[in-house]
Amino acid sequence: MKVLLTGIASPVAQIVAKHLLAEGHQVIGIDRRLWEGAPAGVEMHAVDIRKRAAEDVFRKARPEAVIHMATVTHLRFRSEERYRINLGGTRAVFEYAAQYGAKQAIFVGRHTYYGAGADHALYHHEDDPPMAVTTFPELADLVAADLYACTSLWRLPELTTSVLRMVYVLGPTGTGTLANFLRNRHVPAILGYDPLYQFMHEEDIASAIVLSLKHKLRGVFNVAGPAPLPLSVIVRETGRKRVPMPELAFLALTGRLGLPSLPQGAIAHIKYPVVIDGAAFRKATGFQHDHDELSCIADYRSAFPVPR
Amino acid sequence: MLPIDPRIKARVERIALPFNRYGYDPYGISKQHLAEMFTALGFFYRHYFRVKCHGIERVPTSGRVMLVGNHSGGYAIDGAMLITSMFMELDPPRLAQGMAEKFINRVPFASLWSSRTGQFTGLPEHAERLLEDDRMLMVFPEGARGTAKLYWERHSLVDFGTGFVRLAMKTRTPIVPVGILGGGEAIPSIANSATLGKLVGAPYVPITPYLLALPLPVKMELRFGEPMFFEGTGTEDDEAVQESVESVKSRVASLMADGLLVREGGQG
Repeated sequence: MKVLLTGIASPVAQIVAKHLLAEGHQVIGIDRRLWEGAPAGVEMHAVDIRKRAAEDVFRKARPEAVIHMATVTHLRFRSEERYRINLGGTRAVFEYAAQYGAKQAIFVGRHTYYGAGADHALYHHEDDPPMAVTTFPELADLVAADLYACTSLWRLPELTTSVLRMVYVLGPTGTGTLANFLRNRHVPAILGYDPLYQFMHEEDIASAIVLSLKHKLRGVFNVAGPAPLPLSVIVRETGRKRVPMPELAFLALTGRLGLPSLPQGAIAHIKYPVVIDGAAFRKATGFQHDHDELSCIADYRSAFPVPR
Repeated sequence: MLPIDPRIKARVERIALPFNRYGYDPYGISKQHLAEMFTALGFFYRHYFRVKCHGIERVPTSGRVMLVGNHSGGYAIDGAMLITSMFMELDPPRLAQGMAEKFINRVPFASLWSSRTGQFTGLPEHAERLLEDDRMLMVFPEGARGTAKLYWERHSLVDFGTGFVRLAMKTRTPIVPVGILGGGEAIPSIANSATLGKLVGAPYVPITPYLLALPLPVKMELRFGEPMFFEGTGTEDDEAVQESVESVKSRVASLMADGLLVREGGQG
């Protein structure tokens, strides 16, 4: 199958591309960045998904399936820019997919859609509301992109759409929110709280995406791997040191003394868990993770040893 | 870290929950925290409140079950002793999981300890999921109105909500009624201060004749009834469900009355 993969230069998307090649698919990649050393089977296009050149790629290549991974979580992007990339980009991808005859589209979203809060339930199901809009307003563009992708389930019935809400990545690429939060020697925490964090290895994320392609999934699915662990355990097992501080001190010190800079909305995610139930996806695809929590942590620690 | 009694630690190992290699179950319940909690609560259970159980053999040792009891006495010491009884008296020990008041998860450390010991915020989603996982759920249908009872109201029952019976029907869960005596004597509330409650983020703070609501070393008693089963889907009309609610409430009242009779007869 001819598969177009947006955001292909990101480390996780590169693994997805390799899985697709291994399954015998033809891979067309779109990204503003270059993928140095891309495998011979990947047809690369260094274009911006929101620009005319990207539409040309769809027009000429006529992919049968599109996997959309060109969204950003990093908060260093200003919110206006994030809206352009995440919502504008998602809109463009679904429009081009429908217009140029793709049969299948996969939107790779995030489990933080559900938000973290004191009175939120553990284990969110797919029909739970997107509380991140209120608990973490800085993520509103990602929630909007997710909901926009969901509209294609009724707007574009001829396009088999799956919206995947993935847990955090933790593994050797060191990409993603959780991996970045753990990067330094000292990891800040809020005294009196120790939320559960749910994560998956990059290889398992790639397997899950390829499985949803194979099974032609239609609908919204949470995708999870190993059972969640408290942040304190993840910090300890990655060799870092947890630095708990009262909430007021935490707010005053983030971005100073070598501690990461975090927006106000991130505080709830350092106090309370976002945990999802991935049973529906497992049932629909037979997915089972190959990398348990120990393997994810060990691979991350080995790739990113404790800074001296 | 708090002290751990090795015997308590050994009992924690026998709780049939799917703990991972780090000692956490999929909900974040921690063996370490359970051992610390039951070491502390075990002292209060055995030596401070000298809790006596009647009819513990009526409590299933496996599978989903809902313990439904009465509250009294300022805050949920009765709940803590009921949880401890399931751990100390059943073989193998079980973890009873209560539905905590929402404010608890907002308070530092209280949030941490309630999460690590399986006492989650009282949400229907939590209750249903725990029962579908064949766990033991502890419900006090009187809610905070139950713990707000004053000393002279301690042997009464306020209205039971209907949610617990609907949930039992939907999840096909047996209800074990529990009559609890002694909570109202342990914390003899004479008033509840909503103003002080606001300061600490709680609905109220109980006031006792000696001001601070520290528990007195009185004897407590737990009386368990036969499991009750209710047919239905949980979507029935209020009238139909109310009848079942009343039957559980009257069973709890009757268990409390049995205990009072024994106490007044001096056999407690």
